[in-house]
Amino acid sequence: MKSETFFVSSDSASVSVGADDLVRAITAEAARRGIEPRIVRTGSRGLYFLEPMFELETQEGRFGFQPEGTMAECVTEMFDIGVEARTCLGLMDDLPWLHKQERLTFERCGIVDPRSINDYRFHGGFLGLERALGMAPEDIVAAVTESGLRGRGGAGFPAGVKWSTVRGAPGDVKYVCCNADEGDSGTFADRMLMEGDPFLLIEGMIIAGLAVGAGKGFIYIRSEYPAAIQMMRQAIETARIAGWLGGDIRESGKAFDIEIREGAGAYVCGEETAMLESLEGKRGMVRAKPPLPALEGLFGRPTVVNNVLTLAAVPMIVARGAAFYRNYGMGHSRGTQPFQLAGCIRNGGLVEKAFGTTLRTLIEDFGGGTATGRPLKAVQVGGPLGGYIPEHLLDLPADYEALAEAGFMLGHGGLVVFDDRADMLEQARFAMEFCAIESCGKCTPCRLGAQRGVEVIDRVAAGVEPAKNLALLDDLCTLMKDGSLCALGGLTPMPVRTALYHFPGDFERAAAQGDIRWA
Amino acid sequence: MTIVKTPVDLAGRIGRILSEHEAVEGACLVVLQAIQREFGYVPAGALEPVARALNLSHADVYGVLTFYHDLRRAPPARHVVRVCQSEACQAMGSRSLTEQLSRRFDIGLGETTADGATTLEAVYCLGNCALSPAVTVDGALYGRATEFLVLERLGAAE
Ligand code: SF4
Ligand code: FES
Repeated sequence: MKSETFFVSSDSASVSVGADDLVRAITAEAARRGIEPRIVRTGSRGLYFLEPMFELETQEGRFGFQPEGTMAECVTEMFDIGVEARTCLGLMDDLPWLHKQERLTFERCGIVDPRSINDYRFHGGFLGLERALGMAPEDIVAAVTESGLRGRGGAGFPAGVKWSTVRGAPGDVKYVCCNADEGDSGTFADRMLMEGDPFLLIEGMIIAGLAVGAGKGFIYIRSEYPAAIQMMRQAIETARIAGWLGGDIRESGKAFDIEIREGAGAYVCGEETAMLESLEGKRGMVRAKPPLPALEGLFGRPTVVNNVLTLAAVPMIVARGAAFYRNYGMGHSRGTQPFQLAGCIRNGGLVEKAFGTTLRTLIEDFGGGTATGRPLKAVQVGGPLGGYIPEHLLDLPADYEALAEAGFMLGHGGLVVFDDRADMLEQARFAMEFCAIESCGKCTPCRLGAQRGVEVIDRVAAGVEPAKNLALLDDLCTLMKDGSLCALGGLTPMPVRTALYHFPGDFERAAAQGDIRWA
Repeated sequence: MTIVKTPVDLAGRIGRILSEHEAVEGACLVVLQAIQREFGYVPAGALEPVARALNLSHADVYGVLTFYHDLRRAPPARHVVRVCQSEACQAMGSRSLTEQLSRRFDIGLGETTADGATTLEAVYCLGNCALSPAVTVDGALYGRATEFLVLERLGAAE
């Protein structure tokens, strides 16, 4: 066998189940055969259920291999008989899991070497920025508005409207802040993108800067993502050296630079105003709005605050035109959404699809059902503040409006599957507990209400006046929803209420048994 | 009670960190994070010089120090095991994994073993939700985690 090229993911999740060991196995076996293999460390394709895996380059394309048994055996067999090996998955591009997706934002992730700016360019990178450098700023804003792009952070606010407010705001110092504090359980798309295609985020931020007249950007990345932080730092340095970032971008006379700030383990800093406080070095306490961050944001200046996936969608919109992006999706949900399948699911990973696909398609066709093969009980969509959706509602389309109408929310696109062993009283209790732990403390309904919520649920579980305490819990949920300043306190009732409403049996059973696990 | 010794040459090392961050806007959190990287925690003696250099009150700096879960006021144990407690990991048994480790080490979350070797901590999502349950052992991330895996990693670290 002549010198071969292999691709192995260096994404932290892939490494967490042995991708580095696989590289060592390939290197060792090759050395035994006197071959020096070329091993490219890519990001992840998002097929985490197949990890650790590797790909071999051939004239027909890249073939995937998933070791069963020991890695050494698989590698030996692959060197002996190539794609005839039992562990060969076939051509990657033909895998239904990838084939059936609509990958726009993640088109390069898992394919290119995230450390190589040349690889990025070669695969279509910087085309959007090159165009943007020659455009009038208002035309960039118009393109983003026309594309229908909405903030992917949760609320789904139209990105173009926000940009145009910042653009029109008085003042010469403006900022672009990228919210990379993706703390929701069941979400990992931001991490995957930053580790697998970091230049895309950089490109999106520069375009945002050009559009609104900002000279500086910050990326606020959660500390739980050390590999993403390191990759982004390295990519910024590389982009600066290559002249894509800094005082004179590609000799255009235009300037933009990016600084990374690391979070410090506070979930509430994912809320945009708490993030701004944290970026200013203070306690991450939520600010009351108005003033809008678009007018008075970081250090009191007009600021664009966008999520990673929002900014990462921008280069494609500018490069290929607003209509191209708009053509994906349905209703007011345009473009694609990277959905993340997690929890008790057989095929966990990232699926990018146009809006409008149903939860059932995602969970059954892509996800392959539960990991245990047991019946599915609930899916939590939209992170710890998202609702628990019962099996019979899985035909809901996964888009902003359809979910909102049914009393749920899409949030960051994370789907967490639970099988029938889940106890929904326990999950409702956790929602309150999490809110109590992470509350910034600014308003009483959240700070004290969440603590009370835990106590009331414990009383139900202990069989203490269950009917009365459930009524009290409902009242508390209304108070938190109406009286909280931000989404943490305001949305915690969603998982609690949906658990209660759709799974009353779990509460009744606990109450009847007087289960006093937490007493 | 743990007795926290004052680190050697505290003033000099803090002074160096402060001068390295002179150009940073809104530097308080960044400086505290740098101090924690240097010492493993934020020593009590660091508050005064940080407040003075950044023109903040002692209370401001203390407020930042106590707000963030990551910042520590005492040195950590030699080994830190963090177990994800969020929903995707719960769905794959992180609660029972936590109980097993608690029993094995005879400590609860947020506590350190009697010999001071290992701390068990809660963490809320490591972005490894598709390979849950997720843990970190001394900062290294593991997916599809089991009690055996954690003990093996700790053994390897000794
Ligand atoms: S709802 Fe909670 S987190 Fe939000 S501002 Fe109020 S106390 Fe802070
Ligand atoms: S929920 Fe545990 S890693 Fe995300």
